[in-house]
Amino acid sequence: MKSLSEIDTISKRASRAVGFSWGIAEEVGINNRLLEMFGLPGIKNLNYYLKVYKKQKFQNISLISKLNTSKIPYCPIVTGVNFLDQINSLEELGEINFDNIACPILFIPFLSRASEIIGKKILLKIDKNEFLLNFNQSIYSNYFNKEIWERAEKLKVTFMENKDLFTESEWKEIYKLSEDTFVEETDELKQKTAGAGLTDND
Amino acid sequence: MEAQLRDPKIIMKLSKLGSFHQSKLSFLRSFLNEFKDWKYKRDLFNLDENGFGRAVYSFTKNNRTYSLVCFSNKINDEERSDRVIATKWDAAFALHDGIPSKKDIERLYKNVPKQEIGRLSYKELSLSRANKSIRVFKHVVESLSKGKQPDKLSLSKVGYLYRTTAVYGSGKFGLADRFRIKNRKEIYGPFRIEMMLVYLVRQFTFDQVNYIAKCKNPKNAVELDTNICRNLGIGNSTGLGMAPFIVNHPTLLNNWILARETSLKKIREIKLVKAFESNLFLKCLNNSLKNIRSWNSESDFQQKKINKLITDLKKFITFLQTDFNFDTEYPFNEIYLWCEKKLGDECVEYIVSMMMEPFNEIVNPLIKKMSSEEEKHFSIPTNRNISDLKNILEDKYSEIIKIDFSKKERNQNFWFISKNKEEPRIANRFLNDGSKLEQPLAIARDIKKLYERILVQKNSLTIGKFLTDNNDLRHVVRRAFIIEKFPYAEIQDNTIDSNLVPIDMLRLKLSFFGAVKFDPRSDKWLRINMFQGAPLPDELKSFDEHWVYNSLN
Repeated sequence: MKSLSEIDTISKRASRAVGFSWGIAEEVGINNRLLEMFGLPGIKNLNYYLKVYKKQKFQNISLISKLNTSKIPYCPIVTGVNFLDQINSLEELGEINFDNIACPILFIPFLSRASEIIGKKILLKIDKNEFLLNFNQSIYSNYFNKEIWERAEKLKVTFMENKDLFTESEWKEIYKLSEDTFVEETDELKQKTAGAGLTDND
Repeated sequence: MEAQLRDPKIIMKLSKLGSFHQSKLSFLRSFLNEFKDWKYKRDLFNLDENGFGRAVYSFTKNNRTYSLVCFSNKINDEERSDRVIATKWDAAFALHDGIPSKKDIERLYKNVPKQEIGRLSYKELSLSRANKSIRVFKHVVESLSKGKQPDKLSLSKVGYLYRTTAVYGSGKFGLADRFRIKNRKEIYGPFRIEMMLVYLVRQFTFDQVNYIAKCKNPKNAVELDTNICRNLGIGNSTGLGMAPFIVNHPTLLNNWILARETSLKKIREIKLVKAFESNLFLKCLNNSLKNIRSWNSESDFQQKKINKLITDLKKFITFLQTDFNFDTEYPFNEIYLWCEKKLGDECVEYIVSMMMEPFNEIVNPLIKKMSSEEEKHFSIPTNRNISDLKNILEDKYSEIIKIDFSKKERNQNFWFISKNKEEPRIANRFLNDGSKLEQPLAIARDIKKLYERILVQKNSLTIGKFLTDNNDLRHVVRRAFIIEKFPYAEIQDNTIDSNLVPIDMLRLKLSFFGAVKFDPRSDKWLRINMFQGAPLPDELKSFDEHWVYNSLN
């Protein structure tokens, strides 16, 4: 088995070899380490993409908007780098759509890292598959394919608001249950066991 | 009185970094302190009469065990090479996480002797190989087998029985990634695993000579005297492989240097020094001259450094004897200021290291801060603007941006990775091919380029937008924002200059390892010694913490 350190180094060098700058290659190295750690096929997809990168044309995007369309597939690496670099302004858009993106797996870790930067979960829909990116701590998904994903037609990014996944009444119920670990305070216990005095205004 | 941390623009110059010496902060010394109450054991020792075979050594505490698995092999003299391009070695080693099963040992036997072309697993933490110092090894075996101890003078000229030629860790060749073990308290210190490997290898070398001698002459052979063992370390040949490390790990570099600088600052701020503290410092100082005189090197460069160090130390001793009193307030501040004014870098840094000896309460907490969670500092703060970046460059790289890179000499070298061994190399860009595949280690040049490019940008432009058209300089934009928070993260020199002395970069790293006896063999590689004078494994429970200074006395 290859170590994550080897995956990082080789991904970085290979990306540089096909013409990405060292700075971008460093991003790809870290990204592929994340993908493989989260159980997504990073090396397989990067290997494929770097092979076709020199033969085919891919669309580079600079300023990302709410709707991004291109006849030529977007480069997932340049798109990802720009997404990460513009994340603070993109967050305000709420939802961002890309049509036609190559090797979308390679785009995912940029969003995962963006989620950590802005402190919000990001929901990513790629065609029929969903990925919930949790502050770069984990990726929750219904996608289990380990093969090369050459191109996606539709890719939608949604910034999730920081809100609870449960109702207030569910919280109250579980809170009440947690109170069963507390000791009922008698007057004597109030007098003898509190650290501070009975009045705090003296 | 508040002493200032020393200025990174002075400390981070390569000539200064290349004058650093081992100290209490050094990794091999902190390793010994951490493992002093671990149970040491030789678990397996299965060698033939010539010393070839396998052995296992371990350290255990509570439920944790680390095991060194050794394979000693027969090689022909002409196959023995310290260069990284070698393919055979006298011995090969892996540090296994836990107790290796028979199956593990068989798996390791098939891979460890092959080194870079073998594969390790997440169960292994470090990989290494070593060659015998043939002249010393043969002499020791011969002497012991005849019932005599070897000639101490011959031993002292070399200082070891074996020298390692590489020690790998952190995910190389399938080894465990750092993240798997980083939360273990005993490992929370850089290179602790590698230090453990080298330390146990040292013991293997003693056991091996004793065993061969015994096989040669079972009736008369004697074991190597423990005092002689203690004064032997493990040699190491180090080439350029280490140099890029200190460029590629800026926050780690910062944390090492910051620990050293903070330690110096706090020692200078001690108002009154106790008698036992000053006596300890003086004892180390007095022992130093004898120690340093035992440093041998055929290199003119190093010999000059050693001679200057000895002359300066004598000058310092005279100063202490005639013009100084430890009863004065802030004595170490006065000492430091005098040293800075009167002595060369080599001696100043030697004394800075020695100042730490009496002050465990200052140094020990700093050891815990010498690791780094590097990934946390990887992302570029793209919401910042050009004005911020310009301020950082003008403040932190003020000397670098003055360098005139239009001059050939400032651009002379380039760093690359060799295809056959995947190792870093340096070459002349005007004489050698390959500069198109240059590694991103010319930080000074690229910082200067970045500075020139942002001068024509609007101050309010965000870094995110700037990068859209300037991703070729992304790697140095990242570094600039790192150095903003980590002042000692960057070498304040030009690493492609015609005047570059690459071994300065190696010396910096090796001093933090705790190496002594720097012996440059060219400007690109050197030999050193590790653990010379260190306690033996069964002495770890109680040993002289200042052994580095006392070992030859």
